[in-house]
Amino acid sequence: MAAREEILAALRRNAQPGAPRPVVDGVGARFPDLAARLAEAVTAVGGTLVRVPDLAAADAALRALPIHQGAKRIASLVPGVGAASFDPATVTDPHELEGLDLSVLPGSIAVAENGAVWIEGAKLPHHALVVIPEHVALVVNVADIVPDLHAAYARLDLAGRPRWGLFMAGPSKTADIEQSLVIGAHGARSLVVLLVG
Amino acid sequence: MGHLTTLTHPEAAARFAADEPRTHWHDDSLWFMRVKRDRAAAQVPEWERLRELAEGIKAYALANLPALLEQFEKNAAAAGATVHWARDAADHNRIVHELLFAKGVTRLVKSKSMLTEECGLNPYLEARGIEVVDTDLGERIVQFRNEPPSHIVLPAIHLKKEEIGELFHEKLGTDKGASDPKYLTEAARGHLRQKFLQAQAGLTGVNFALADTGAVVVCTNEGNADMGTSLPPLHIACMGLEKIVPRAEDLGVFLRLLARSATGQPVTTYSTHFHGPRRGSELHIVIVDNGRSALLGRDPYRRALSCIRCGACMNTCPVFRRSGGHSYGVTVPGPIGSVLAPTIDAKAHAALPFASTLCGSCADVCPVRIDLHHQLLAWRGDLVKAGHGSAGKSLALRFTAWLFASPARYALAGRLMRLALRVLPAGLMRSLAGPWGRQRELPVAPAESFRDSYRRTHGRA
Repeated sequence: MAAREEILAALRRNAQPGAPRPVVDGVGARFPDLAARLAEAVTAVGGTLVRVPDLAAADAALRALPIHQGAKRIASLVPGVGAASFDPATVTDPHELEGLDLSVLPGSIAVAENGAVWIEGAKLPHHALVVIPEHVALVVNVADIVPDLHAAYARLDLAGRPRWGLFMAGPSKTADIEQSLVIGAHGARSLVVLLVG
Repeated sequence: MGHLTTLTHPEAAARFAADEPRTHWHDDSLWFMRVKRDRAAAQVPEWERLRELAEGIKAYALANLPALLEQFEKNAAAAGATVHWARDAADHNRIVHELLFAKGVTRLVKSKSMLTEECGLNPYLEARGIEVVDTDLGERIVQFRNEPPSHIVLPAIHLKKEEIGELFHEKLGTDKGASDPKYLTEAARGHLRQKFLQAQAGLTGVNFALADTGAVVVCTNEGNADMGTSLPPLHIACMGLEKIVPRAEDLGVFLRLLARSATGQPVTTYSTHFHGPRRGSELHIVIVDNGRSALLGRDPYRRALSCIRCGACMNTCPVFRRSGGHSYGVTVPGPIGSVLAPTIDAKAHAALPFASTLCGSCADVCPVRIDLHHQLLAWRGDLVKAGHGSAGKSLALRFTAWLFASPARYALAGRLMRLALRVLPAGLMRSLAGPWGRQRELPVAPAESFRDSYRRTHGRA
């Protein structure tokens, strides 16, 4: 590891002492109605939000959507929501997930300011379930909405419990051709957030 | 790496700007990004506070880089990742190749990484029989064209949809003459989906490396980093050593700034926190120096290491917008690139700090508040001192200083100029004025100077 030692030595030589780490304050977003703001934010990032009273209603709402009605292969990691056609935990090679029409995944935190939903890696038998399907539905409890990313990270406590996970905000998108927004670049062509409660 | 041109910036920019309608189109496209950025920033009341915090956190990280990198390495290893250290581009390319070679990989998919562009990874791997597919749509487009990205966030911003339609017709068999972005994107989706399914390894860049958790965080809108890493059993993440942030919770600040500054979105679609490899796969993280440790010791330029590569300084820069990213001849163009490039090779990139009006718009939009226009000005001084200035310009300035140092010489020069403006042809005068005169009307010479007028009305000077 000569390279490691050389690089660290050069950095030690060249680093200049600086100010202490700033305290992150004065940045909290505030919204009078978190759920309403979340709905706006999800729409703004190209998704849709459907508010339902309970999981049974979430299931009914999802089944009524064209993304469910037109789906043949459905994976659901939220018991009782969506007509799962197989159990992704029994799949050993993620390549077999190609051709998946719909993933129904649990979201553990939703950020009102930007519409991002945190998906816990530990709940996914395959990371690919987030990106490989044509459509994604995320099921989130209304109690799990936080105003902004600062609140989200405080709740996640990744330093205390480091783990794999991602924020997903809306469906996959690109604007690489003359900046025309096109939904459905590589991942989900649509994203619906089922907000329960 | 893979540079289009060995022209200087003014030469390459002149070629770009020769197509006037296209220059206006390019200018407008980037200004549209700037407007979107402004709209997004205005919706966050604490925007300026976020910028201050981002600047402060980055300054702290740079001051404590060795300790933070070691902390990151320890935590990443504890999570099951393997950390590699690369002194330079050659180290980096060799390490990546060895990892791929050991697994017999011949098909690699990549998501966006400016670092691998900087290191010239693609040609290195291709020369060793590995197919490298850039999977970001804009990057795939420029890869098909055998040219580097012209912008770090919008790699194909210099191309019109008709040109991309023509390219896709040739490469992907799309309908001749088709240029609808939705249709073309769909064709690329199908093409790249096959590449994802066939890939034996996925390589990503890194937006943020978290010292306190050992995770690397990758942000994309398309989902290509997630596609590329969730199927094959090998993920290689390449990062410049300045990507470290001390704590996961610092991302609250950076993720709120990054996408808003880049494209005006509130956040990127996918912000994935890779903490160790997923089950049944390997994660290798390559930490690259390539001149960064030296830059850390260099005032005032060390602040350029705070850059989070949002591209906002490019979108707002009046020179970038009218000269195009390729005219800079470096991986990272625009104001930040013009600060970074001379730190690597001052002589080769001596023109870049002059590719600026010093208007300061770049520093105003920079989410980590790098004082870009001050740095560009500082570079001009350093470059001239080091003998990399333009000889003609130095001579002209020395002559002007000599002229202005004496009232008599100054008065005489004024008289001669007024005479010359009256009697010499405008074309000749303009050519004497150098590049300045090319697009300007010459002033009408006054009948007398201020000094003469004062003397006439007040009796004495």
